[in-house]
Amino acid sequence: MDLTLKIWRQANADAKGKIETYQMSEVSPDMSFLEMMDVLNEELIEKGIDPVAFDHDCREGICGMCSMFINGEAHGPDRLVTTCQLHMRKFADGDTITIEPFRAQAFPVIKDLTVDRSSFDRIQQAGGFVSVNTSGNTQDANAIPIEKHDADKAFDAAACIGCGACVATCKNASAMLFVSAKVSQYALLPQGKVEATDRVLNMVNQMDEEGFGNCTNTGACEVECPKGISLENIARMNREYLYASLKG
Amino acid sequence: MSLDSKIPQGPLADKWTKHKSSINLVSPANKRLIDVIVVGTGLAGASASATLAELGYNVKTFCFQDSPRRAHSIAAQGGINAAKNYQGDGDSTYRLFYDTIKGGDYRSREANVHRLAEVSTNIIDQCVAQGVPFARDYGGLLDNRSFGGVLVSRTFYAKGQTGQQLLLGAYSAMNRQIGRGKIKMYNRHEMMELVVVDGKARGIIARNLVSGKLERHSAHAVVIASGGYGNVFFLSTNAMGSNVSAAWKIHKKGAHFANPCFTQIHPTCIPVSGDHQSKLTLMSESLRNDGRIWVPKKIEDVKAIREGKLKPTDLSEEDRDYYLERRYPAFGNLVPRDVASRAAKERCDEGFGVNKTGEAVYLDFAAAIERYGKEQAHVKGLDEGNAALVKKLGQEVIRAKYGNLFQMYEKIVDQNPYETPMMIYPAVHYTMGGVWVDYNLMTSIPGCYAIGEANFSDHGANRLGASALMQGLADGYFVLPYTVGDYLANDIRTGTIDTDLPEFEKAEASVKAQMEAFVSNNGTHTVDYYHRKLGKIMWDKCGMSRNSKGLKQAISEIKTLREDFYENVKVPGTTSEFNPELAKAARVADFLELGELFAKDALERNESCGGHFREESQTPEGEAMRDDKNFTFVSAWEYQGEPSKAKLHKEQLDYEEIEVKTRSYK
Repeated sequence: MDLTLKIWRQANADAKGKIETYQMSEVSPDMSFLEMMDVLNEELIEKGIDPVAFDHDCREGICGMCSMFINGEAHGPDRLVTTCQLHMRKFADGDTITIEPFRAQAFPVIKDLTVDRSSFDRIQQAGGFVSVNTSGNTQDANAIPIEKHDADKAFDAAACIGCGACVATCKNASAMLFVSAKVSQYALLPQGKVEATDRVLNMVNQMDEEGFGNCTNTGACEVECPKGISLENIARMNREYLYASLKG
Repeated sequence: MSLDSKIPQGPLADKWTKHKSSINLVSPANKRLIDVIVVGTGLAGASASATLAELGYNVKTFCFQDSPRRAHSIAAQGGINAAKNYQGDGDSTYRLFYDTIKGGDYRSREANVHRLAEVSTNIIDQCVAQGVPFARDYGGLLDNRSFGGVLVSRTFYAKGQTGQQLLLGAYSAMNRQIGRGKIKMYNRHEMMELVVVDGKARGIIARNLVSGKLERHSAHAVVIASGGYGNVFFLSTNAMGSNVSAAWKIHKKGAHFANPCFTQIHPTCIPVSGDHQSKLTLMSESLRNDGRIWVPKKIEDVKAIREGKLKPTDLSEEDRDYYLERRYPAFGNLVPRDVASRAAKERCDEGFGVNKTGEAVYLDFAAAIERYGKEQAHVKGLDEGNAALVKKLGQEVIRAKYGNLFQMYEKIVDQNPYETPMMIYPAVHYTMGGVWVDYNLMTSIPGCYAIGEANFSDHGANRLGASALMQGLADGYFVLPYTVGDYLANDIRTGTIDTDLPEFEKAEASVKAQMEAFVSNNGTHTVDYYHRKLGKIMWDKCGMSRNSKGLKQAISEIKTLREDFYENVKVPGTTSEFNPELAKAARVADFLELGELFAKDALERNESCGGHFREESQTPEGEAMRDDKNFTFVSAWEYQGEPSKAKLHKEQLDYEEIEVKTRSYK
């Protein structure tokens, strides 16, 4: 396959960025998108051009580190995959592909396609945990049976990889899907219920402080989420938040 | 320097309890005066950081990723072992201990493994209390599955994302402590050097990967939790950033490196598709619970399949060779990983590989789909004779169990594994070897510890499935936080370590010089060019089977490649910016040294054991042959200026509780 790549280049957080165009030839349809980027970077280095900086690590769709906005979609055109699991067979010979970073005020660009998502960590630090110390004598794991339905729902919410596709996709750059997934996981489990009130208030507060936008229920986040996190979680978080606000 | 493993006296089952009660403790008031550095945030590093902070130590934790949640433990799929015996199938601490020693082919330390089995049950309790959503049955209780090399169901799991859920549990425990200010977290920072003052580990030089700035960090103890070194093979199931550098740096400062040649080649990975390949993807071993592994019996069928003239589903049962079931009837498709990998290689070497490259075998779910489908039809009172219905019902069961794995396979290979068998081939996955540690998990440098995959301690020559997660969390939650106190009890009056000491200055200067040398080298080849070449040498000569001639070649080829690398590598950009190529160059430089020690260790160990198969040491049927008389020891290598000069120390392994036998899964 021959491709034209239009890639966002930005030297650092303070520099002005712009789109640069690169030509690629003989791209194999079996390559992953990031392998295609590897080949581009090797070519750039050999030509003495600075390679394109992009985040990636596990390359099996689970670490949540890769973060490209490809042809106007987070993680590109395929569904339920991260960029590392997107394969070139999803594109056609002669295509032009535009590649940009995940854009949001709360995700400042570090370089090229690499952004700083530490705002997500700070939201989790505000309450995304159960306050239990490591002791070796917590009660037996089977002491509290959990209804399979709830356990499965908690798992589905916990499958979030924290990549930020929801934020990049949302026209308001809202982090509601991400935050609600964590709130839901704990709200559905007895172990998480004790701190539910403080958790939802603190996490939502931190989310607002980080500069994420509001949710206007467009549902775009759910469509682009590589792990299929459901909008139901946002509804659950809204209920939890309302209840916590009234209680507080 | 002699090796002292510091194994406590007394009966095996009492050692850990007795040890915990008799070692020194640091009082809560004094813990506040003590700093601990943790490098790495996988299961071991994250759980250790959280627990040390809960205990009251000041913890500084470093990871090279943009968030601690991204560490590669996240990618572990299948599960975590624990001797809970919830299934009532005869499991016990002793049985888990025994299976682990046997699975490791009698090359691990008895006392460490017994401790691991003891704390395994605490891990599950702790994780559930944290809100880790393990799989449950309809009664609301925890579900289990079975893994290779054992005869009980003791593996806890969360679909195919167990590592992710356990890591997020440890990450959440860390977040709680970061929020309280007890952990200071350094994301996008890489440890570049260990600082040793008066013979003790007292800090590290870290590089801020965003600004390129070198930073000095001091502490009273340094914990290395940086994972394994599988990426020395270039292609592996490790993450792109997984590296040996932290472990290798401490090795060069005096920590012995143990059993570097003990590598796990995992049998069920997606085969290589072309030269562009950047990494390999594992398909969880749990698939072998339901998948049957086979190749065609007749070579003409293999040819027809490769040419696309015949589909695997067209082959009748009698034309298929279920070679694991044939060779190992007792364990069948659930033999340990090393055995399954070698058997696949044996078939492919004989020409029975089923893809274009000749390096793939089938993993087939058709029988399981039919079995589950019939079961479901029976439960629901539907027609068990309706093949289409049975298939549909069976596929639903398989989807519920392995849905995300099947989806991943389809995305990568572009074939539907519900309809046609998967193709798999072995790939480098885990390294049992690592930094030598004593019973307290301390390396041969006082105050420097190694935990999780970074150390060598528990898996011997082969790790059983679902035991890596167990070991990472055991070390981090339940072992290191207590044993470290025994050492730190002598440091309560030391006070903060000054980072202006000449040892810090010298260490920083050496890192700075290396970084500058890379960017000013102006060479001709990229870092990946060298990494790929190293990987090829390793895979061809230090891979699934090894021999004296190949290993000697590997040693000299790696040395030559390393010299070429320093002369001709091209690293773009500068040292004072976000420069991923520069970070990669430093990691590959360390792999180029480790690779040589790896081959040297493999050459020295002239026996076959676990994942280490020496062609010179096999039975007439081609099974691995151990040499207990000459090799029942841990090889601990001491650095002496360069890998080829490393000095071998032997830690003899004594088995008091277990009778050492030939491992048989037949």
